[in-house]
Amino acid sequence: MNSLGIEQFPDYKVPGVQHVDFHPYESNGGSVVAIAGDDFVVIAADTRLSSGYTIHSRDQSKLFQMSSRTVLGSTGCWCDTLSLTGLVKLRMQMYEHTHLKTMTTDAVAQMLSIIMYNRRFFPYYVSNILAGLDKDGKGVVYSYDPIGHCERATYRAGGTAGSLLQPVLDNQIGYKNQNVPADQLPKLTKERAVAVASDTFISAAERDIYTGDSVLINIITKDGIEEKTLQLRKD
Amino acid sequence: MYMDSARDVPSGGFNFDNCRRNAALLQGGFKPPTTTKTGTTIVGIIYKDGVILGADTRATEGPIVSDKNCAKIHYLADNIYCCGAGTAADTETTTDLISSQLELHRLNTERQVPVVCANNMLKQMLFRYQGHISAALVLGGVDKYGPHIYCIHPHGSADKLPYATMGSGSLAAMAVFESRWKPDLSEEEGKVLVRDAIASGIFNDLGSGSNVDLCVIRKDSTEYLRNYELANKKGERQLNYSFKKGSTPILHTTIKDLQITERVHVVPMEIS
Repeated sequence: MNSLGIEQFPDYKVPGVQHVDFHPYESNGGSVVAIAGDDFVVIAADTRLSSGYTIHSRDQSKLFQMSSRTVLGSTGCWCDTLSLTGLVKLRMQMYEHTHLKTMTTDAVAQMLSIIMYNRRFFPYYVSNILAGLDKDGKGVVYSYDPIGHCERATYRAGGTAGSLLQPVLDNQIGYKNQNVPADQLPKLTKERAVAVASDTFISAAERDIYTGDSVLINIITKDGIEEKTLQLRKD
Repeated sequence: MYMDSARDVPSGGFNFDNCRRNAALLQGGFKPPTTTKTGTTIVGIIYKDGVILGADTRATEGPIVSDKNCAKIHYLADNIYCCGAGTAADTETTTDLISSQLELHRLNTERQVPVVCANNMLKQMLFRYQGHISAALVLGGVDKYGPHIYCIHPHGSADKLPYATMGSGSLAAMAVFESRWKPDLSEEEGKVLVRDAIASGIFNDLGSGSNVDLCVIRKDSTEYLRNYELANKKGERQLNYSFKKGSTPILHTTIKDLQITERVHVVPMEIS
């Protein structure tokens, strides 16, 4: 009985009314790790594509080379990843034709945030990590939430094993909560970044069922993008 | 006197007192703690001289692997073993309970217990609990009537089969059996077939993983082959992750003297 004295049904659980759910999203798994150094950036992603308890592909790269100095790692709903990266590539091409220059990593980062926020109420279900060299040639990493919040960082882990990998990076790259003088800590070289990234994936494959098969590593320097692969467990 | 003491004796079995409360909590958005599931591949076949059971060794909690080397082939009697898939606690307690009942039955009857008996006890128990005990079982054993494999579902239905698979990897494993199982396999052929069925579950089903366990039951001997094959090698890390001594900051130190005083009260035994 409302204030007008009219009996009303509640707008939920009315007998006879069937509620059909629409499930437009699916989690296809996978993890991404990016580590930035002074003149390089390393970004790595596993190559397993899955849903539920089944594997769709053991050899699917989740790294997208947007330009010679920018790589985007994207996991989550694979169809959203394809749609989003396709749109970003298109917008980068349009930029190149109008301004006659390639987009810088920082510009791509800004644009990606805007593209994702455009879908505020029907978001791309993706976990993005953008790695590249900025206009001074310094390594940078940008990480995103699914609706476009952007954060610049020096290292970042994302995807299904993101919560397992991030604390390892905090410890091994950020040297958080360690009582060791700065000059005694190992310097972050390209080799160390690749080793830490590989090792985190080996450990993630042990405990996360959606991470495995192999890792694809991209090392971005001013000379170009070097690619490496590493085999992981396949179970 | 007898009535009074009988009132305090708790009734056996499960207690469903909190079910309505838990349902109300769930509706209010409460997230209950998760149970360990063995999203599993378990199999069993009949071969020439007996049965072979097989299982993977991964236990999961949602997307996380909680045990990389658990044992899913459970002992029921000297001539009967049982593979379990579903909620780990349920498969373990169910098989333990039935195992002890089978032993009592053996002592009462002074005979080796037949496999049908284990099957009946398991399915009657699971049916009584109306599917609330999440145990999907592959029961196998050899008795004086020959080799037997039973496939028991959580609601209490059971099938008697020459080859059976259960768990999330059951389709992957059954694909192997459907293409290669035949009557009167030799022991070596049987072991290879069961290994391949479990391996196909391990590699193609994300709920299954790690190693292969086998159990061969013959007419008058049993062989439990724990970790028959290590199907997956752990990757080798490149760096050393040991910390320098003193890496953890010590915020403050206090030392306390402990004085332990113990008094023993002697309570005389009741004699009445």
